[in-house]
Amino acid sequence: MNARTSEKVAKGIIWGVAVAIIGALISIMGFILIRGLPAINLEFLTQASYDMGRGGGIFPSIVGTIAITLLAVSVALPFGIGTAFYLAEYTKGGIIPRIIRFGAESLAGIPSIVYGLFGFIFFVDILNLGWSILAGGLTVAIMMLPMIIRTSEEAILAVPKIYREASFSLGATKWQTIRCAVTPSAVRGIANGIILSIGRCIAETAAVMLTAGSALRMADSVFSSTRTMAVHFYLLATEGTAMDNAYGTAAILIILIFLINVVANSAVNRFVAKKNKGAK
Amino acid sequence: MAKFKEKLSGRIFFTLALTSITALAIITLFIFREGVPMLGSVLGSTWAPSRGEFGIIPMVAGTVSVTLGAALIGVPIGICCAIFMAELAPERMRNMFRPAIQLLAGIPSVVYGFWGMMFVVPFIRNYLGGPGLSIVAGSVVLSLMMLPTIISISEVSVLALPRTYKEGALALGMTHWQTIRSVQLPAAKSGIVAAVILGMGRAVGETMAVIMVLGNAVAFPTSVLDPVRTLTTNIGIEMGYATGEHRQALFATGIVLFVIIMALNITAQNLTRKKIKK
Repeated sequence: MNARTSEKVAKGIIWGVAVAIIGALISIMGFILIRGLPAINLEFLTQASYDMGRGGGIFPSIVGTIAITLLAVSVALPFGIGTAFYLAEYTKGGIIPRIIRFGAESLAGIPSIVYGLFGFIFFVDILNLGWSILAGGLTVAIMMLPMIIRTSEEAILAVPKIYREASFSLGATKWQTIRCAVTPSAVRGIANGIILSIGRCIAETAAVMLTAGSALRMADSVFSSTRTMAVHFYLLATEGTAMDNAYGTAAILIILIFLINVVANSAVNRFVAKKNKGAK
Repeated sequence: MAKFKEKLSGRIFFTLALTSITALAIITLFIFREGVPMLGSVLGSTWAPSRGEFGIIPMVAGTVSVTLGAALIGVPIGICCAIFMAELAPERMRNMFRPAIQLLAGIPSVVYGFWGMMFVVPFIRNYLGGPGLSIVAGSVVLSLMMLPTIISISEVSVLALPRTYKEGALALGMTHWQTIRSVQLPAAKSGIVAAVILGMGRAVGETMAVIMVLGNAVAFPTSVLDPVRTLTTNIGIEMGYATGEHRQALFATGIVLFVIIMALNITAQNLTRKKIKK
């Protein structure tokens, strides 16, 4: 095969693979949406479920998902962002930041089921919280931590050095520099990381099932067990008894994840556009 | 006042960082504390908790076979996509492709599992034989799930190459494909290998999707059409009702998983770090 033919063949294959991947994405989403959207109506979104999820809506699961996500984000946020600022602004090498960075990097890849094991033994068992929103939220918070630390640190480090130098040369302290010069330019990047980790949290199943349980009734406090949408979908799909409700729940999950990605991307795009504008 | 705030803010950031890392350290501590007593007894080849046998070798075989199967399918596809994004795609197409890959990463694993259950499993049952719930089904689903990791990291490592590599090769009269194949891919090798390792880590750690398509049988697989159970699914299925030694054995399974993932991550980290130093 001469160079020109192999060029054509190789490029053809690569284009084909790329198109196939987009096709796979569309087919997965389409399959869920086509079967799930008809099941979604106001009743489905606002009614409690009965008969083990075979009838009624998924309102308790929506509430459970929101509660766990809110709890996880509000706990993980200060620690994640604080750690990122510490790593990016307060350290210049040394052993402690190295340990922190290594820990965060390594734990980013740990499977969610292992976080679930930890949450189960620590929050559910030892702290005696039982299967609850609190145990689930705290477990997911720890799970989100490495991702928030990494994306926030990247966003902070992406702020040009000259911002800091200009601020220091005006006599600002480090804290004033961070607050007034660094944070405003890093905030979109940080927000992007947080939005994506909210998506992770909504999609999480294994860790949540081990720590928040799968009670179908409406949660009345953070100490009650709940069944998030992802867990609800999993249980319905594997039992195979209420496929309409399963598809409906999956469709809502897919729509949520899609919206989250759209928001995250527009945040990034605006961030990039602003930076380019600033450079000119 | 400014000085006070300065000191205070520094302390607060340090405390937050210290708390984060403590939380992460505690995870390791508790998994090991629970699992270590049973670590010796999980090395057998029979898993029968009711008889007090807790061998996880069949699950290790399950995890390894499914992960390798996924890599076999996912790695070539992933590298093709990375080349597509870094080199071939027109600007506008790239801007559509990137969010699509991000979306692929965001889709809940239960949805992948469900898709596998409804399409891949029946397909295998009808056309390849066996129960359908099998190593092949798990590999197909996982190959799709590891793509985002492989694509994004490989793409970055191709894009990070100095422009002169490509320009030099093209100036020597190479075609674009020859440049990609014999200059850019070899130069980006360590990054791509790291991407593959991290993708395999994702596959090793995946639980919910594989529970739905693997069949979860506790036996050594003899063919790729056999159902298997992985380390993750072993925990996922039995944790709900396990007590005593059984529960500790599941934590020991968690330790094995933890160690495998750590080894993969550290290898990947070293590969990328070496490249930066160069």
